[in-house]
Amino acid sequence: MEFLNGLVFLTNFVIIPATAYGAQLALGALGITLVYAILRFSNFAHGDTMAFGTAVAIKITAGLVALGVTLGPLPTALLALPIAIIVTGLLLLGTDWLIYKFYREQKAKPVILVIVSLGVMFVMNGLTRVFIGVRDIQFTDGARFVITVRQFRDATGLDEGLAIRTTQAITLVTAVIVMAALFWFLNRTRTGKSMRAFSDNEDLALLSGIDPDRVVRVTWLIVAALATTAGVLYGLDKSFKAFTYFQLLLPMFAAAIVGGIGNPVGAIVGGFLIAFAEVTITYPLKKVLTYWLPESMAPEGLVQLMSGDYKFAVSFMILIIVLLFRPTGLFKGQSI
Amino acid sequence: MTDNAYQDDRGNKDRSITKPGGGTAQPVAKGGKSTAVTGSAFLVGQGMTGGYGKGPDILHDCTIAVDPGEIAVIVGPNGAGKSTAMKAMFGMLDVRQGSVVLDGEDITRLSPQDRVVKGMGFVPQTQNIFTSMTVEENLEMGAFIRRDDLRDTMAQIYDLFPILKDKRNQAAGELSGGQRQQVAVGRALMTKPKVLMLDEPTAGVSPIVMDELFDRIIEVARTGIPILMVEQNARQALEIADKAYVLVQGRNAHTGTGKELLADDDVRRSFLGG
Repeated sequence: MEFLNGLVFLTNFVIIPATAYGAQLALGALGITLVYAILRFSNFAHGDTMAFGTAVAIKITAGLVALGVTLGPLPTALLALPIAIIVTGLLLLGTDWLIYKFYREQKAKPVILVIVSLGVMFVMNGLTRVFIGVRDIQFTDGARFVITVRQFRDATGLDEGLAIRTTQAITLVTAVIVMAALFWFLNRTRTGKSMRAFSDNEDLALLSGIDPDRVVRVTWLIVAALATTAGVLYGLDKSFKAFTYFQLLLPMFAAAIVGGIGNPVGAIVGGFLIAFAEVTITYPLKKVLTYWLPESMAPEGLVQLMSGDYKFAVSFMILIIVLLFRPTGLFKGQSI
Repeated sequence: MTDNAYQDDRGNKDRSITKPGGGTAQPVAKGGKSTAVTGSAFLVGQGMTGGYGKGPDILHDCTIAVDPGEIAVIVGPNGAGKSTAMKAMFGMLDVRQGSVVLDGEDITRLSPQDRVVKGMGFVPQTQNIFTSMTVEENLEMGAFIRRDDLRDTMAQIYDLFPILKDKRNQAAGELSGGQRQQVAVGRALMTKPKVLMLDEPTAGVSPIVMDELFDRIIEVARTGIPILMVEQNARQALEIADKAYVLVQGRNAHTGTGKELLADDDVRRSFLGG
């Protein structure tokens, strides 16, 4: 009983939130890894792309709710998501046409594109703030819980309760669907294979008749879909604030690099790894240990290894350790 | 190296922010038109002059031609512009003067992709396979421009290179040097090209594998596809060549059948080693 109670407590406060957060990071890291693999640079504007996509989704959600259109128990934002993806896709294609294309034609070295993406980041940052403001915005509606603490306690008779929020369940289901679709696309379809070929060997792709411009366009569209989905799921689960999304850049890059940047499987594993590390290290584990350890060994302090304010330090530490000891990441040697 | 400031990364090698290995080709821009011409060989680069990007001319009034059923080879000392001549014919660099004609059409202004569509197959010297993709995916990518059923062509290629059939689901990067070259040639043959161009197909393989590759190339030529080939192993290449070009410093130095050039004292002395 003691053990089960501890486990339920841990699941409720660490495992479930970390899994949802991990799925959101993984989707974000997938977008970063795709740009890296195919366009060959680290896209610093990714966090703000997420913010822009989410902002569009929020505006559309507000419009839908005002019209009386809702999804019942599910958040209305899911209905707005496809439109937000299209709008974000157009923004990315426009950015590419206006900015990145010039550098591609100059055959600019990738490091120059990294700096260019930094500039794009600042512009997108401002664009999002002008568009929706800097406030904290909650846009979740529908049913709040799939399982509430009370339901769980009544059903199991345990002291500790466990709740699963609708947004957490939706995050996981959506993430699994999106990831499965992405892998199917990259490994089974003609266009997906041509993207892998382009990533592998640009010159040879060119003389196989693969159109580089088309590969680049499709990549941006997929990145828009991944970023907007990740952003909306994160916003539903927590809340939307432009600055928070900018800050997500660090854990997302850490996830992509820990897994092996350029490798989609790595991005997913890295996302969950970073999320679990962040949540476990910043959550007070006193109660779990009290349940699990003999009474004489019960901890006196909170057993919170780090204050929540330092959670980005966790991803930063992991990032540095990985870059020091395994710079190619966990899944090295294979890119998409 | 280059005057373009965008191509200067000041020695940055940080692989956590950039991925190395971007394209280096400076192909002819898309959107060019081809025009009909008459009275020349099947594939001919006529009086080609040009170089990479904004750099100096590497080719000077260089002419190379090949007709159906023939194997034409380009030989010459290091740095003679052999590979450059072949790349020029494929549109991988701008031809500033002269023209490239394929099957009665002037294709000088066509991009490499358009030339693939017109029926040219090209096997580069290095990085000529997709290492992270399986052998079968490599062949599929070779046939990217085709929308019809690939299975027959793929079966023909597996007949020509039986080892590839056994390794079809293996990543091409895991194969040996000779097998990789077979994948590379197979990839180029997937479009059912009207002409096949090979850039040093035997570079870096053992003499035994080299003989085998030459045999396969002759087999391909027997099917009627004209083959244009750049070769380092000049003697072996001249032995199988119907037509041979010796380039020196981007210019035609000698032209003739393989046998003629093998018998030519001047050619022998200058780079066949006596």
